[in-house]
Amino acid sequence: MKTDIILAGVGGQGILSIAAAIGTAALNNELYIKQAETHGMSQRGGAVVSHLRISDKPIYSDLISEGEADLILAVEPLEALRYLPYLATKGYIVTNTTPFVNIPDYPTAEEIMKQLHQQTHLVAIDADKVAEDLGNKLASNMVMLGAAARFLNHIDLTALEKGIAELFSRKGEEVVKANIDAIHAGKTLVDKQFQD
Amino acid sequence: MQKVLLGAEAIAQGAIDGGMSGVYAYPGTPSTEITEYIQSNKYAREQKLHSMWSTNEKTAMESALGMAYAGKRAMVCMKHVGLNVAADCFMNAAVTGVNGGMIVTVADDPSMHSSQNEQDSRYYGRFAQIPILEPSNQQEAYDMAYAAFDLSEEFGVPVMIRITTRLAHSRAVVQLSPVRSQNSLKLPDDPRQFVLLPNIARKQYRKLLAGQSLFEEKSNTSPFNQYHEGTDKTMGIIACGISMNYLMEKFPEGCPYPVVKVSQYPLPRKLVTRLSEETGYLLVLEEGYPIIEELIKGYLEKEQVKGRLDGTLPRDGELNPDHVAKALGLPVHKGNDVPSLVANRPPALCVGCSHHDVFKALNEALKELGDGRVFSDIGCYTMGALEPYHSINTCVDMGASITMAKGAADAGLIPAIALIGDSTFTHSGITGLLDAVVENSPITIIISDNESTSMTGGQESSAKGRIEAICEGVGVLSGHIHVVLPVKKNHESLVKLIKDELNYPGVSVIIPRRICVQKNRRDIKIKQVAKSI
Repeated sequence: MKTDIILAGVGGQGILSIAAAIGTAALNNELYIKQAETHGMSQRGGAVVSHLRISDKPIYSDLISEGEADLILAVEPLEALRYLPYLATKGYIVTNTTPFVNIPDYPTAEEIMKQLHQQTHLVAIDADKVAEDLGNKLASNMVMLGAAARFLNHIDLTALEKGIAELFSRKGEEVVKANIDAIHAGKTLVDKQFQD
Repeated sequence: MQKVLLGAEAIAQGAIDGGMSGVYAYPGTPSTEITEYIQSNKYAREQKLHSMWSTNEKTAMESALGMAYAGKRAMVCMKHVGLNVAADCFMNAAVTGVNGGMIVTVADDPSMHSSQNEQDSRYYGRFAQIPILEPSNQQEAYDMAYAAFDLSEEFGVPVMIRITTRLAHSRAVVQLSPVRSQNSLKLPDDPRQFVLLPNIARKQYRKLLAGQSLFEEKSNTSPFNQYHEGTDKTMGIIACGISMNYLMEKFPEGCPYPVVKVSQYPLPRKLVTRLSEETGYLLVLEEGYPIIEELIKGYLEKEQVKGRLDGTLPRDGELNPDHVAKALGLPVHKGNDVPSLVANRPPALCVGCSHHDVFKALNEALKELGDGRVFSDIGCYTMGALEPYHSINTCVDMGASITMAKGAADAGLIPAIALIGDSTFTHSGITGLLDAVVENSPITIIISDNESTSMTGGQESSAKGRIEAICEGVGVLSGHIHVVLPVKKNHESLVKLIKDELNYPGVSVIIPRRICVQKNRRDIKIKQVAKSI
């Protein structure tokens, strides 16, 4: 059983923290991981992507093949569309709807949402708003991680919580709790959508 | 013990555990994380392993060679184009040989994610005629750093480790070996080994040549090179470095074709010969230039070889599992196309960055003179070529701004402007400035000083606080060295200053100085943490 995840966003939006949280959880569950990141030039406000692969068997390629990603987890809606060729037919897009506009030719929000809704399996939430309601604007990436939780095979919520606790332990209990709250908020919202 | 490490970090950990006494480097994507890892590693700090940044790759290479001269193990790290800067020492270090082990780790950037070209450092390894190790995964990256010191000390030559962006920046679990102690200080047995006077150099070079067959024999039996049997002998595959992973990815139950995995060079002739004899034709998978493909195919194309040269694989750019699938004739199940509305999102200068103020002032100052006279360099400010500024006209190599401006001025493009950052200036700008001073060239040099090597993550710049002193020391007249604060309220005065200096028919230096906003933020955080402890 493998899970191939494309993590997409803009440099500085915290996709590496998402990757680190999932990665730590996966290792605690004694799974294999490989995680290819974007460093360097494009980190300066450019498009960034991370290929995160989790499996119970050894993983060879650092990169996901086209058409084989189980999940595109995007913290920005335009970036969700950038990696569509990687998504498997059965794969899900889980995306934040708050745009990050730093280019002159950024499309309108309506155009982007129209394209997103044309995709077969879509979960779209306003993670920035959820994070703001929690009083922690910076945690929108963790809200998105929570939103994607139900699509992470072999990693349950407890494992994610533990991963986050490990990852943020140095920053103190408050930070750990704020991030765990953000995950719960994201997960609850999406679980509710699936019940309806 | 195991750790989750980037490929770059795995090399760092391997070198530490392999008994290294010091690393020397100048930051450059995708190699930066190697040295940063060593700088922050607890054991390396306790052992006081050298890990301070060098001024450029040449000074780094020479320092590493000096450490190896003294009998200790040293590593020098750089990005591929950094090896051009260090090439003088690199080529000659192969001739002097080493005393303690020396690793030259070079991180290539095929697809040019953060670079000016995608040159393949394996050519340099062949050029210098030294062994090259090319890990296929993070574990090998670790093991090879350890093993490279052994190899270097066994043969008495520097050993290259070549990685590419993908492995450098991808994480996986790595099993660590026991830590080995450092070498003790020991002078070379032959006191003339490192004196490359012609008669000694000739002797040393013959020694290097005599080593070639030994290096090759070592490759034939290296645990990093393997012959994998296959039942379908219509084709044989040579998989170099990381491409082995893409091949395995496509055949998780085992490859039906015989495969030679190559991670140590010179090419293992015995394994490749056997593959050629046992199979119909060869497919070469390699990340970078088609160097092995060309070598095997030969000028007269006597061997039937497929790869990057005949279009089986793309001629440029990094490999990926999809390219390899296509080359193997396997189906690719591409998902939906990217909608046309998805605009590119190139990197951009940070909000509040001092370079904004410099570009605004420069553009205004140049309004009357017109475009085409700003020679720039490598750093965040290279983004001044993009929207909205379009301020710069060149970016070629580290330090080229000053010397290209000088050459253009020599040709009659007067005034010419050089725009360079503080770290690039100390890396390779000072000697060019001296050229300009010697001839009193009519150029205006703007050293946009953000007190940091920012593009690679805000490493300390060798220039810190010394730029005006350096310029004066090189011979720029003190009346034509100006330090200014690039902020909005100083816009008009900065425009006027640039205009005034453009009118001066000699060398002038303007230093707009304001710390990088990213570095400032990090420095404040570090101070806060220090306070709370």
